[in-house]
Amino acid sequence: MTDTLSKIEKRTAYTLLLPAVFLVFAIVLFPIFANIWISFKEVQLKDIRIPEPRAKKIVKIIPEDKTKLKIVYRLRNSSLIQDINNIKFSDTLPNNIEPVDLDSRCKFKSKKIICNFGNWEAGYKENFEILIQNTNNREIDKRAIKDQKPKLSGDADNILLTTKFTLKNFKNVFNENEFLDLLLTTFYFTFFGTVGAIIFGMFAAQLVNQKFYGRTFMRSILLFPYVGPVVALAYTWTLMLDPNSGTLNALLVNFGIIDKPINLLGQKYLILSLFGFEIKLRLALTTVIMFEIWRYFPLAFLFILARLQAVPKDLYEAAEVDGAGPFRKFINITLPQITAILSILFMIRFIWNFNKFEDIFLLTGGASGTRTLPINVYQQGFAVSNIGMGSAVSIVIVMLLIIFMIIYFKLIGKRANEI
Amino acid sequence: MKYKPLFIYLFISSFFLTLVNSIWKIMATLQGLKLTEINLNINFLLALFLSLAFILIGKRFNHLIKIVILSLIFTFFYILINEGAPIWYNAGILLICLFFTNRLKNYDLNFLREDFISEKIVFDFLSLFAIVFFAFVILFPFYLMFVTSFKTQAALLFNPLDLSISLTNNLTETFKSYFVIFNTYDFGRYIYTSSIVSIGTVIITLIFAIPAAYAVARLNFFGKTFLSTSILIIYMFPAIVLVIPLYTVFSQLGLRNSIEGLLIVYTATTLPVAIYMLQGYFKSIPKEIEDAGLMDGQNWFGIIIKIIIPLSLPAIASVALYVFMIAWNEFLFSLMFLDNPKTFTLSRAINHLTGDAETPRQYLMAGSVVVTLPILLIFVYFEKYLVSGLTAGSVKG
Repeated sequence: MTDTLSKIEKRTAYTLLLPAVFLVFAIVLFPIFANIWISFKEVQLKDIRIPEPRAKKIVKIIPEDKTKLKIVYRLRNSSLIQDINNIKFSDTLPNNIEPVDLDSRCKFKSKKIICNFGNWEAGYKENFEILIQNTNNREIDKRAIKDQKPKLSGDADNILLTTKFTLKNFKNVFNENEFLDLLLTTFYFTFFGTVGAIIFGMFAAQLVNQKFYGRTFMRSILLFPYVGPVVALAYTWTLMLDPNSGTLNALLVNFGIIDKPINLLGQKYLILSLFGFEIKLRLALTTVIMFEIWRYFPLAFLFILARLQAVPKDLYEAAEVDGAGPFRKFINITLPQITAILSILFMIRFIWNFNKFEDIFLLTGGASGTRTLPINVYQQGFAVSNIGMGSAVSIVIVMLLIIFMIIYFKLIGKRANEI
Repeated sequence: MKYKPLFIYLFISSFFLTLVNSIWKIMATLQGLKLTEINLNINFLLALFLSLAFILIGKRFNHLIKIVILSLIFTFFYILINEGAPIWYNAGILLICLFFTNRLKNYDLNFLREDFISEKIVFDFLSLFAIVFFAFVILFPFYLMFVTSFKTQAALLFNPLDLSISLTNNLTETFKSYFVIFNTYDFGRYIYTSSIVSIGTVIITLIFAIPAAYAVARLNFFGKTFLSTSILIIYMFPAIVLVIPLYTVFSQLGLRNSIEGLLIVYTATTLPVAIYMLQGYFKSIPKEIEDAGLMDGQNWFGIIIKIIIPLSLPAIASVALYVFMIAWNEFLFSLMFLDNPKTFTLSRAINHLTGDAETPRQYLMAGSVVVTLPILLIFVYFEKYLVSGLTAGSVKG
């Protein structure tokens, strides 16, 4: 009895899960493995399209003889790289209309012209003509002929499904002199973005945890940067920081703080002299990190606030009785209470910032020293149009991610469920 | 008399007043006022005198009279130093001053003798400072976006600091950018597409996620722990590593440039978090209620529809709002999959506007307002639900 019940339970569970699991596997898990396959291939963006035979039909009137028409099919292979084999062509003619002197590759059978064109090499082109006449000796309706679209079919290799593999992509990824720079930029961006967001989030949470007039309003607006669409916010920042007529530069020049506008998003280095040392600051990268902090500190804020509100009040009262000031209370009570959440936040946000694409893409497009690994995926795959290289970079990202996740689960994975 | 608290108080309160005044000055400059001196030192000194006078007078007068007189004196000297500003600007300074002195209500020389007073002062002003700082830093870009959409390109190039909206123009002139983006750039269609995609994603995600979450929360089956950990792990994989394979496959299947394609991808990427959030809530529903349903002869379908869904409406609302927000704001997939203007979502359309360097910025900002405003309104209205959704889903972002 219990056995059948548990069987029913199992079957129900699998039925309920199947649609969701199938969809997630198809759209999320499959591409991760497909990346491995593609990264070992030499594929360009233009190769993706499966080559297909195409025909453009042009109908020409013969002025001397209205009962006849000439049809010209402009045939071509859509691909400039791949051949198409075994091409079949068919077109239907209206009633009582027949072709005259049909090409030897074609047959006319029950109102249909059927042709067997064989193989077309890459970039093949041909003007294929057919003369047709009306058996009733009446004028042919040009419209009726033109509206009928020819059908073509052919076999072509799908370049993604062939078994030709190469290591070239990975060699290129790692041999690129810039790979180390790329990795360093990604880590700078990730590390400072994460730490900055957590520090600001901590201050904001500490602030909202106090009682003051307008507290709920403050809590709402603190989340605005995260809730707003990244496209709108990134472009607003771009306009604000624009060197020519951006508000920030105009303000700074107006109040005489700087002499001439600084291109905050377009200048790779800013040379600062501090106590006689010359410091080369990665300016555009710093600006992008600022945006990142501005946009994501609300998440850290939410998490930390939730934790702060769970800290028992009597801890603070006891500390007060013991004669501790606000600073000691923060160091000795608040901070120990939130270290666990801070470390979890750090790991999670680190992983997510590591993968951040939109923000940098919209602000700088990866120029002036802000090229990170995710930006590189896009640039290799769609700007340079080398899909294989793009996939190889994706694989590098996935590998690093897996390492981060192992560290994450080793260190705090079990505690993650407690919050 | 301890001097340390006094100096700390004087320094930090003057610093705060100077900061607030400077922000007011910046905002006034952005209304087209020609103020070119920030006069930090002098203003700081002035604020120092105000704080000193306030603490020396102590509680000898009625608080109200005291703050009004001190504020008036401060404003008078302020006008002397920063001459040439209009009345409304100086009235603003007076208001700031009144607010500031009112905040100082407790402060007098006796108050400075309390325990840990230096720390208390620092914390007190630090939180004031933080309120002003966070409010300014967060709202300023939004303010800029909104105001720029009402300006013209010529006016912005002529004086980038004059962001005032002139109220004397007629409405069609003021709202010109909005008319242009709706008439010339077809934003009506994009709003429609974005709404369809977002609402569609919410509905499909819920249809898939509720049964799956129920199974994970309640039923025993082989591979359950594996499944629930892999939900979290899958959730960690970013969109950027999925883009290339999905792009190639979607190109070959002809799913690019279609709303269906976007719906499939958005649903699949939000499903893990939806399942994760829902199953947590489902677990908190007492099992006895379901057993009663089982007794009544309900099957799992009846239990989900009649018991689970009505009991977990708050959680479902959180998930729905969170998924809506993700789908509405999504950019990467819409950039990759859509290149026909007929299928653009709002985000993609704004990105497309910048592709043409000639596009005036006020149109860009008007478009940004159009995409930002709905989501902010939804957020403010349903804040409670969205915040719990964000907290649960904030591992991602």
